[in-house]
Amino acid sequence: MKLKTRRILDHSFSGLGFFSIFLLSASLIIVLAPIIIRGLGAFLFKGTVEFRRFSYEAFNRGNKDEILAEVEAAQKYREPVYRLLADFKKQVDNGEVPNSGQYARDLRELKEQVHRLLGPAPGTEQPVLMRDRYGETRWDMARETLKRILFIEKWDYSDPRAMGKKVLAPRVSEYKGTALEKLFPYLEINFENMMRPRFTFYWRFITDTSFDSHMLGGIFTEVLGTFYLVLGTMLFAIPMGIIAAVYLAEFSRPNSKIVSLLRVFISTLAGVPSIVFGLFGLAFFINTVKISGSKSVLAGSMTLALLVLPTVIRASEEAIKAVPGTYKEAALSLGAGKLRAVTTVILPAALPGILTGIVISMGRAAGETAPIIFTAAVSVGKPLNLFQTLTQPTPALPWNIYNLVTEHEAVERIRHVQFGMVFTLILLVLLLNLAAIIIRARISKKLRG
Amino acid sequence: MTMNLAININPDVMSHADLTALAGEDIHVYSEDFSIFYREKEAIRKANLAIPAGKVTAIIGPSGCGKSTYLRAVNRMNDLIPGCRAMGKLYFDGEDVYSPLVDPVLLRKRVGMVFQKPNPFPKSIFDNIAYGPRINNGIKNKSQLNAVVEKSLRDSGLWEEVKDRMNENALSLSGGQQQRLCIARALAVEPEILLMDEPTSALDPKATARIEELIGELRGKYTIIIVTHNMQQAARVSDYTAFFYEGELIEFSSTIQLFTKPKIKKTEEYITGRFG
Repeated sequence: MKLKTRRILDHSFSGLGFFSIFLLSASLIIVLAPIIIRGLGAFLFKGTVEFRRFSYEAFNRGNKDEILAEVEAAQKYREPVYRLLADFKKQVDNGEVPNSGQYARDLRELKEQVHRLLGPAPGTEQPVLMRDRYGETRWDMARETLKRILFIEKWDYSDPRAMGKKVLAPRVSEYKGTALEKLFPYLEINFENMMRPRFTFYWRFITDTSFDSHMLGGIFTEVLGTFYLVLGTMLFAIPMGIIAAVYLAEFSRPNSKIVSLLRVFISTLAGVPSIVFGLFGLAFFINTVKISGSKSVLAGSMTLALLVLPTVIRASEEAIKAVPGTYKEAALSLGAGKLRAVTTVILPAALPGILTGIVISMGRAAGETAPIIFTAAVSVGKPLNLFQTLTQPTPALPWNIYNLVTEHEAVERIRHVQFGMVFTLILLVLLLNLAAIIIRARISKKLRG
Repeated sequence: MTMNLAININPDVMSHADLTALAGEDIHVYSEDFSIFYREKEAIRKANLAIPAGKVTAIIGPSGCGKSTYLRAVNRMNDLIPGCRAMGKLYFDGEDVYSPLVDPVLLRKRVGMVFQKPNPFPKSIFDNIAYGPRINNGIKNKSQLNAVVEKSLRDSGLWEEVKDRMNENALSLSGGQQQRLCIARALAVEPEILLMDEPTSALDPKATARIEELIGELRGKYTIIIVTHNMQQAARVSDYTAFFYEGELIEFSSTIQLFTKPKIKKTEEYITGRFG
C-alpha cells in the first residue's frame, strides 16, 4: 500500500472515532440538559409569600415579624377578591342575579381555583389536607392557576371534518354585567401584590421531609432511604466481593474445574435482569429466611448486594491480578505468609482498582429500581433511624420517581418535585463517579510515588 | 561467624566440585543429587553443590541453565510455580529444605532474597524496611523500628541518601537506590544468607558498581549466593563460582581457579565466550 493511501486511511479512521465520540457526548447532553434544567427548578424558583408562610409554619424558618407583615400586605390586596366572591354568592343565592342557576356551578369551580391560588379565605376553618392550607407557593404554578381563573377551556367543534379544537375563552365574558365582572381585571392587575414572588434558593429541598405526599416540602425521606440502601448494600457487597476476588485471584488453583464453574456463575449473575433479583429477594430473604416481616431496608440491601456483587468481584479480581507479581515475591521472601502478603502488600496496591469497582457499584445500587420494588421501597414513609432499617421499608429516590409519575393523583402540580428527584439522583451518581475518579487518581499517584 | 555443619560432604557425590578448595570452610548450603522439575521438564539435574558460609558464591551459566531455579530452591520460592517439584536433598544449615516438616514461611525468614528487578513495595521508604521486622518479630515500638531501619540502611549504604526522606514513596528512588533499598529490606529481617538473583541486570554501570561494592562490604557477615549472567561480575565479587549448563552443575571451584584454570572444557568454552 502506498504511503498516501495509508495516511488517508489513518485519517479517516481517527475522523470516524472523533465523530462517534461527538455523537455520544451530544446525546448525553440531549438527555441530561432538560433533566438538569428542570431539576434545578426544584431548588431555584420564584417563591410566593405562601412559600415563606409555609417555611415559617412548618420549619420555623425566617423572621416571624417580617413574614407576618408580608402576609398582611398581601392580605390587603386579597381582601377585595374574597369580598367580591362572597357578595356575588349572596346575590346568586338570593336569586338577585338573572339566570342564577347557570352561575352556581362555575362559581364553585372559580372559588376552588381561588382557594388553590391564595389559600383558604381568612376566617374559615383550617383545612384538613396540608395542600389546602396554603396557596400556590411557586410563582410559575401561581401563574398557571391564574390562567385557569381568567380563562375557560372550551372545545370548538365548528369544523365537522376536524377534531375538536381547544380554545381559551376569557371567563370574564361569562360574568358580563354582574358584580363579579370587576374580579378578573382586579386579579390580573394586583396579582404580584397578592403573591409577592421573590427569588428563592431552596437548597433545603434535599433535607426537608415532604408534606401531604410531596405537595409541599422536600425529598429528604427518599434521599435518606437511598443513602441507607447504598450503605447497606456496600456493607454486604464489599467484604464478600473482596474475599471472593482474593480467593479467585490468589488462592484458587488455576485451571481447576470448580473455579471455572464459579467464574461462569459470576458472569451469569451479572447478566440476570434486575427484576429477577427483586423477585428472588422477596422469595428468599423475606418469605423463606424471614429476615424481616415484610419489606425492609435490610432485605433490599441484601438483594442489591447480590446484584452488584459480580461487579465488585470482577473489578477487584482484575485489580489484584494487575498487581506486579514481584510485590508478592518480595513479601513472601521476607517471611510473610500468603494471607499476610495479600493483606499487607497486594490489597493496598490493588486499592485503586477495587475502589473504582466499589464506587461504580454504589452508583448502581443508588439507581436501581426493580430490585427494591418487592424488597424495600414504599411510596410514602417517614425518615427511618438506623435501627429501624432492620425491619422497616423506606421511600427511595428511584422508586419514588416512578411512583410519582404513575400513581400520584396530582402529578401535574408537582412536576418540579419529580424533576428535582431525578436531578438529585443523577447528581448523586455523577458525584459518586467523580469521587471514584478522584480517589483512584490520588491513590495511584501515591502508589507511583 | 560459626556454622555448625550437621552433614558431611560426600566426596563421591560431589564429583565435579573442587573439594580441596572448600577445605577449612563451613558449609551453609549443600545439595545432594538435587533435581527440580517443571512438570516433565528437568530444570536442574542431580546437582551436587556445597556453598561455604560467610563467602560470596556466584552461579554463572547461559540463559535457561537452571541457575535461578537453583537459587530459588534454597528459600522454596519455586513453590509458587504450579507443577514445580523437587527431588534429592537440599540442606540449609543442616536442615532438609524440602522436608515436609519444614515451614517455608519460617525458612524464608532466615533467607533474604534480592530480585532481578528492584521491587520495593509502593510504600514509604521506612515502611519498606520495616515490613519484615513488623510481620516477623511483631515489632511495633517506634524507636525499636527506627533502630532496625537505620541499621539496615547503613548496612546497605543507603542511609546518607535517604535519611531525610524516610516518608517518601520508595518508588521515587532511582533504580540503583531501589535495589539497595531491597537489599536493606532483606537485611532488616536479619537473615543468615542472602540470595541475589541477577541483582544488577536492570541497573546502569554506576549503580552496578555500587551494588558490587556493597556485596564486598557484606562479605563475611552473610553467606551470599549471587546468580549472574555477567562473568566479569562473578569474577569481581565472588570467592567461589559454580558453572551450570543445561541444568547440570558442570564445575565448582574457587573463582580464581575457575576463571584461570578451568578443569572442564565446557567451562573454558563458556568463560572464553565461545557460547552463551
